[in-house]
Amino acid sequence: MPLDVRLLDKGLSVGEALAAFNSAHGAAGGVVSFLGKVRPDGDVRALELSHYEPLTLPAMRELAKTARDRFALDGALVWHRIGVMTPGEAIVLVATAARHRRDAFGAADYLMDHLKSAAWLWKRERRADGWHWIEPRGQDREDIARWD
Amino acid sequence: MAVTILFLGPLRDLAGQQTMEVEAPLNWSGLLEAVRPEVAGQLGEQRVNVACAGKVLADKTELQAEDGDEVALLPPVSGG
Repeated sequence: MPLDVRLLDKGLSVGEALAAFNSAHGAAGGVVSFLGKVRPDGDVRALELSHYEPLTLPAMRELAKTARDRFALDGALVWHRIGVMTPGEAIVLVATAARHRRDAFGAADYLMDHLKSAAWLWKRERRADGWHWIEPRGQDREDIARWD
Repeated sequence: MAVTILFLGPLRDLAGQQTMEVEAPLNWSGLLEAVRPEVAGQLGEQRVNVACAGKVLADKTELQAEDGDEVALLPPVSGG
């Protein structure tokens, strides 16, 4: 399974996912993983991610292919949650396997920057006074611009 | 059949609904007339994209939706 790209509407088991990814890439010299979680910020009670079926997953697959080619990856795992999550829960899990560590680190960084500001996902938070849509941050746009 | 307009993310709140049906065919000026002025204002922004029949339009003003097409209005994203 060279590229494993999924949208998940339920919680993900990080340990199992990484163990399977690792054993599927026995020839890799290194595996890097990143787990993004819902930050317990202030009065945030829940976070909801919505997607658009015809675009979101196909574009994530294209992103994973681009990362594989750019960083000479043996494989990549890109799992993103959708639906409602609570603080502390996993939102995104990215893992990359490569012959050498720099490619694995670079690809995980590249994938995360693009998932943050170029994947077809929309995020809103529920606070004490109701739901609020999250605007993309200037920092996210600067992060993705590093790869141009 | 008609054209279905789908409002994603914060545009759903601005539109006051998730979807609306309009008569086919639908072009850019027809789209701007069909939606609420608040939504039409957002559509003018460069960072708001439009997809038709599952494809993001390189130039949204070239929209040509036919019978049965879904037109999705895509505001700036925020994932991760």
